Amino acid sequence: MKGITRRKFILAGMWGATAVIMNGKAAHGKADFEGYPEGMGVLVDLTRCVGCRTCEAACNNEQNLPVPDRPFYDQSVFDEVHHDGKQKRRTDENAYTVVNRYDAEGSEEAVYRKIQCNHCNEPACLTSCFVSAYTKTKEGAVIYNPKACVGCRNCMIACPFRIPAYTYSKALNPVIKKCIFCYDTRLVNGQPPACIEACPMEVLTFGHRDDLIKIAHERIRMHPDVYIDHLYGEREVGGTAWMYLSGVPFEQVGIDTTLQKDPILSNASEFLSNVPVVLAVWPALFMGFHLLATGDNRESGEENHEPERKEE
Amino acid sequence: MPCSRSTIFITIIFAIMSLMTILPERATGERGRIPTEIEIGSLAGLFGEVYFDHEMHLDLADTCSECHHHTLGSYVIDEDCARCHRESEPTEEVSCGGCHTADPFSAEYLKTKMEDPNLYHNDKPGLKAAYHLNCVACHREMGAPTGCQDCHERTAAGDSYYRADAMASGVGGTGKEH
Repeated sequence: MKGITRRKFILAGMWGATAVIMNGKAAHGKADFEGYPEGMGVLVDLTRCVGCRTCEAACNNEQNLPVPDRPFYDQSVFDEVHHDGKQKRRTDENAYTVVNRYDAEGSEEAVYRKIQCNHCNEPACLTSCFVSAYTKTKEGAVIYNPKACVGCRNCMIACPFRIPAYTYSKALNPVIKKCIFCYDTRLVNGQPPACIEACPMEVLTFGHRDDLIKIAHERIRMHPDVYIDHLYGEREVGGTAWMYLSGVPFEQVGIDTTLQKDPILSNASEFLSNVPVVLAVWPALFMGFHLLATGDNRESGEENHEPERKEE
Repeated sequence: MPCSRSTIFITIIFAIMSLMTILPERATGERGRIPTEIEIGSLAGLFGEVYFDHEMHLDLADTCSECHHHTLGSYVIDEDCARCHRESEPTEEVSCGGCHTADPFSAEYLKTKMEDPNLYHNDKPGLKAAYHLNCVACHREMGAPTGCQDCHERTAAGDSYYRADAMASGVGGTGKEH
């Protein structure tokens, strides 16, 4: 015990706690991350989509996904509903993107919406993953390492867009599957994802996210009669790389308009940043209380010990 | 100063000559110079070429600018375009591919597009979208067919791409109705 006095111990504990609190603040600051400056994105203009499903075919080819039950030009899939008609088609382990049809009020034509991973600036899936399988790349893609994935499905719960899918078909080593922005085969080489190149109507515009935000607002400004005055994904959950323009209210095409503007991470960062503080301060604090409370006995004990050691 | 007979004569001749140089651009001579049928095939792949009856569409359209914007020097209908191009002269390039690039999302194109802060047309569709956006929108309006295979047939490569070998349930597959 020599060298570490009670005073030094408590002092060190307080320094440690201060350092942790400072760190905690820095960690909280990360929730304001607005995306990498060179990050790419996609502007999805729902007023252009004709529901041809070519994007789905492109994805299937590019990602070597299994042959589906029906060809991609078969539009009868739009009639598919699940869960008593409440649920339209969703992404799964064999389809990282799907198109759904909506009969929106005030629109003569049916409205179609492609869904896929929106590649958030601050992905909730990444935050929720305890093996750090997810990465947000500087190009804007949210990718994952299937070898690291332990199949816990935390990300499926965390994702505000319900995108990550699970390989339920695999009995051994099931993992998460989702759109990766064609990161390894295309994005990293500066190419647009397969679906974007395939789209005949340029529903999908590929470019730097910052530029796309300007283009989107310009489209709204030029055609206020066509578009709802909102760019979905510009601010939602801290911003997403894939953003939507629509001619009908977003909730009518199955888009969740109740999502917060702050990243999902910010819900947790406040109390999570307290965890290290608690871990560092509480032991020091309670040890301090303990020492203060039992101080008299201890000190007398130490006094008794020290002369003995010297003798040795 | 009273005009002499010869002055009036020369003026009239000059006026007729200038009319002859302008008018043929807009009307009669146009038929002679423009193609009546165009084979659009530069993007063929999953779908075959489009045999475009230019003459028939010419009769349907009110003005060339419905498809060719301001490039023919004809009356510009789009008010947004007219803000700058109301008095625009005909341009050298009038084909779609002359302005709408076939590769609108390549790194090089994005770079050149966004590096120019004065570029107004920074949201110009690529060639494939220029065709489809223009054609499909008008076909819808006019009640013309809008199915993929109404204009271009799916090729063998297209069949494989769209997974035509899928265990089709026999539904759909006609490509009708977009």
